[in-house]
Amino acid sequence: MAEPIRLRTPLTEEAVTALKAGDRVLISGPVIAARDAAHQRLVELIARGEPLPVELQGQVIYYVGPTPAPAGRPIGSAGPTTAMRMDAYSLLLLERGLKGMIGKGRRTPALIEKLREHRAVYFAAGGGLGALLSERIRSVEVLAYPELGTEAIRRMVVEEFPAIVINDCHGGDYYTEGVETWRVPSE
Amino acid sequence: MREIAASTITAAVARLCIEACIDLPEDVETTLRRAQASEESPLGAEVLEQILENARLARAQRLPICQDTGFTSVQLLVGQEVLITGGDLYAAVNAGVRQGYSEGLLRYSILEHPLRRRNTGDNTPAAIHTEIVPGDRLTIRVMPKGGGCENMSTLRILKPSEGEAGVKRFVVESVFNAGPNACPPLVVGVGLGGTFDLCAHLAKRALFRRLGEPSPDPDNARLEQELLAQVNQTGLGPAGLGGRFTALAVNVESYPCHITALPVAVNIQCHAARHKEVVL
Repeated sequence: MAEPIRLRTPLTEEAVTALKAGDRVLISGPVIAARDAAHQRLVELIARGEPLPVELQGQVIYYVGPTPAPAGRPIGSAGPTTAMRMDAYSLLLLERGLKGMIGKGRRTPALIEKLREHRAVYFAAGGGLGALLSERIRSVEVLAYPELGTEAIRRMVVEEFPAIVINDCHGGDYYTEGVETWRVPSE
Repeated sequence: MREIAASTITAAVARLCIEACIDLPEDVETTLRRAQASEESPLGAEVLEQILENARLARAQRLPICQDTGFTSVQLLVGQEVLITGGDLYAAVNAGVRQGYSEGLLRYSILEHPLRRRNTGDNTPAAIHTEIVPGDRLTIRVMPKGGGCENMSTLRILKPSEGEAGVKRFVVESVFNAGPNACPPLVVGVGLGGTFDLCAHLAKRALFRRLGEPSPDPDNARLEQELLAQVNQTGLGPAGLGGRFTALAVNVESYPCHITALPVAVNIQCHAARHKEVVL
């Protein structure tokens, strides 16, 4: 397997365009942690034409609802949640300049098409690897909606956070490629 | 009657919640290790290695294996000669969940109503199922069930004419549709027969069985092996990135059914197949 590509956030259009489905990456820099409830609120603000509590231009959103931080660690277990639940909301956030998303699981065709249109990328991180991935999160601060608890919007600074490009901005889909490579044809 | 204090039950449930979330069961870890050694896909083998490393780290650092510490699924096997004293049984279980999730720094994932969607703030209530069994013991099984895989579970009442081939088609299709969303390699719980509700319950109960322990019914045991082979031909593999190990096991539980029906339920469990039990 090829060496992973090192990426810095926020992502430039050039960096995104160079990525292909199946590329392994190590992401460093700030990411925005947000999931279902936070997405719903962001989209409501957009609908009302109000300002957002976070800047989205060039940013990467990590779909995560962590466990509470034990003493001496910035965060508890913090792996990705299923991305598809965010798809309806993500379409609007991509129009606001969002460049990357980290989650797990398949995206809908509409979202994949939108990645092409807006030059953005979807990464999968290891589902169920919350303890391991938390070691790559250096600092965490709540940016908005603390009342949402685990679903609050947080700013996380990650270092060499491992992920794989699932959907690039050229229409590539690594989940489809992977299955096609390893499927045993039925007789 | 043998007396068991409600407070004993609360303490046991609290401990089981914490241990289940932090300490991957030995049967699951052994099966994962075996899969890691024989996975042909390099990326798949790497994912399996990371899963094992995550389990080791979680145990060493006392961190939850996964941030989704689940809907607390609790099975109570209550001996008919047991008398619970000093409190209500379900209140005692929920007090244990409250205590375990708070002390263990586990995530609160339960909303008080599916549409109002307000977090209960302590992961209660648990999803509790009780069976009355012979004897004077109380067995408590706790399974923190993650949403990613639970959401991909299915149930269908097939026509009897669809037979075993129909059952297999439905199970394999359910696993494929679950795909990377459900965090493979999976444990697949299959319920066969019963009523609508009982069929789903059988599928969940199948997930409590030790991996590698076949069904005592020879037809179910054969079905388990054949389904596992078929599921592992889909190519999904670890994390859905392609490979041989889409599932670690398929467990089938069956019950008699009506002459008109062939009910099948598929309860999907991610690789973090967390469960602990205690006998009081």
